[in-house]
Amino acid sequence: MTLKTFGLDQFGFLLFSLQWTILLTVIALIGGGLLGFAVALARTSQLKPVRIAAATYIQIIQGIPVLMILFLSYYGLSLAGFELPPLFAAGASMTVYASGYLAEIWRGSIQAVPKQQWEASESLAMTRLQQYRYVILPQAMRISLPPTVGFAVQVVKNTSITSIIGFVELARAGQLINNATFQPFRVFLAVAALYFVVCYPLSQLSRLLERRLHAGSSR
Amino acid sequence: MPEVVVENVHKSFGALEVLKGVSLSVGRGEVFALIGRSGSGKSTLLRCMNGLEKINSGKIEIAGHALGGDAKALRKLRTDVGIVFQSYNLFPHLTVGENIMLAPRIVKDVAKTKAREVAREVLHLVGLSEKFDSYPDQLSGGQQQRVAIARSLAMRPKVMLFDEVTSALDPELTEEVLTVMENLARDGMTMILVTHEMGFARRVATQTIFMHKGRIWEQGPSAALFADPETPELRQFVKSDVK
Amino acid sequence: MSYTFQFGVLAQYQDQILSGIWLTIKISVLSIILGCAAGIGLASVRSIWGGAVRFLVDAYVEIIRNTPFLVQLFIVYFGLPGLGLRVGADTAALIGMTINLAAYSTEIIRAGIEAVHKSQIEAGEALGFTRFQIYRHVIIVPAIAKVYPALCSQFVLMMLASSICSAISTQELAASAAFVESQTYRSFEIYIAVTLIYLVLALALRAVLAVVGMWLFGRRVARRTMTALPEVQA
Repeated sequence: MTLKTFGLDQFGFLLFSLQWTILLTVIALIGGGLLGFAVALARTSQLKPVRIAAATYIQIIQGIPVLMILFLSYYGLSLAGFELPPLFAAGASMTVYASGYLAEIWRGSIQAVPKQQWEASESLAMTRLQQYRYVILPQAMRISLPPTVGFAVQVVKNTSITSIIGFVELARAGQLINNATFQPFRVFLAVAALYFVVCYPLSQLSRLLERRLHAGSSR
Repeated sequence: MPEVVVENVHKSFGALEVLKGVSLSVGRGEVFALIGRSGSGKSTLLRCMNGLEKINSGKIEIAGHALGGDAKALRKLRTDVGIVFQSYNLFPHLTVGENIMLAPRIVKDVAKTKAREVAREVLHLVGLSEKFDSYPDQLSGGQQQRVAIARSLAMRPKVMLFDEVTSALDPELTEEVLTVMENLARDGMTMILVTHEMGFARRVATQTIFMHKGRIWEQGPSAALFADPETPELRQFVKSDVK
Repeated sequence: MSYTFQFGVLAQYQDQILSGIWLTIKISVLSIILGCAAGIGLASVRSIWGGAVRFLVDAYVEIIRNTPFLVQLFIVYFGLPGLGLRVGADTAALIGMTINLAAYSTEIIRAGIEAVHKSQIEAGEALGFTRFQIYRHVIIVPAIAKVYPALCSQFVLMMLASSICSAISTQELAASAAFVESQTYRSFEIYIAVTLIYLVLALALRAVLAVVGMWLFGRRVARRTMTALPEVQA
């Protein structure tokens, strides 16, 4: 075996693996978004048992390590008889993880819409579904945008945990290159830099949206 | 056949009883003013009339609907009963036109062109034709309140409820809203209003009800009631209001 | 599917699990104390000195907050030896967690400091406080009281994230779970059990932090601490 050093080829491999990080993030945000949205609605339901069930779900997801969600999905899926590539366990766990946090962010956003908006729309004879659809959610969406973008940063970073079950995304690619080159400092700094390049603009966008939400009109 | 009938209504918030057996009857085209100190139960009574508050006992019939049915019956009632709030409560993410058109479109399935026509008409009624495409936060408080009235009118209600609609407004803005309401009354709309504007109540309301401690303390034709209060409480109240 | 759950096997590995729990608690508590202290210090010098110091502190905060904790651990554990600094897995975990938490604490406390009104500082001046007294009593203490619930949520997140240190062979709770798993192959049982242990640890940590908050800042802050969920910040 030739002793390789960290060069352009290796950096290319990192860039390639970054695509998997991004794909996993997108899966987590879409899957977690759908599931989280349902949980957020359940959390603001008029039925108390539904509210309590949703609150319990959120508390549990936010009270356990992402790593444990990953292991439970990984071993749980194989226990159920599925021989699936790590992408599935990775995607499933990131989805569950994201749903617990997005549900809470969106619950907060829904409840941040003034009570009077519910009363006004109710008084106009709208059904609860119409109230959500035309009056509450459009306003909640605006409120939720900054923290949702902020949470996307957390998701990007936490996809690195899936490297632990062998899913080859950016962090795992770094480990593989390090195993071949033994230049950990350089390799992991490059890995960190790539994460930063993705996360920092998102962080700044979240801040910008936040500032605009507070400074701007209520539209 | 009266348009609004309230019979022996009781309402409590927890241990606090805010309505202790209230009865009244409003004929078609009449304008009733509810006055009284804060905490007298007048706003609660108004909010009970369109089901925003559930009553504990008694009976309310309004615009031919009885309160107390299921959600569907309540929505049916609300298409015939408009309410305007102190804090306007326009939908901030929609333009004035969209605010007005929304409920007719989705609740009453009115076609878009027809809804637009109605919106223009009611907006003209409140004197804000040129604000069709503005957003609520581009309007003054008085203008927003007039849009809120127009939004209710677009549903073609049989009864209009007004809950202290000028309390958040400066005097000059108050006037423009009261003018709109006076025009409505003249056109024969059945109206019940909770108000602090004694002059307006005296001039426009056919009947005024003075509420005190959760009861109707005194009631009568507005002019007579204000000119010659029977109870010391109303006398005190009217006197304290003259500034 | 004919899988039978056997939680019984886990009993004989009690010692491994307990030592894992103990290390998780140790590195979590230490990194919370060190990270929070560093956060108070960095947020303070940043607001007092401004200029280059502020720029450096902000850069540190942004770099840490926009890179994964796992990669930070790799740099500390695998990278530092290359620079002649060899550290054990436990120490590396503690360093990584402290560096990470310090950045988040700095950011949270900074927001608290910026929320203190000028009028209060002027009131402090009017009362004849020295600058240090003003800084301590009028700015830092109220700022921390204000953001204490957010800080505590971050502490809980850090405790949960300590599980990631198993990737650099720190023998904390998640690593002991992996060890028991390799011995028994009862993977699902062990990870369910350990997940529950983390859940209990998270609730317990929150309760302890609420008591500390009550002792430091009074009842109202403590109540918010119990109910606050992690604030998601960019």
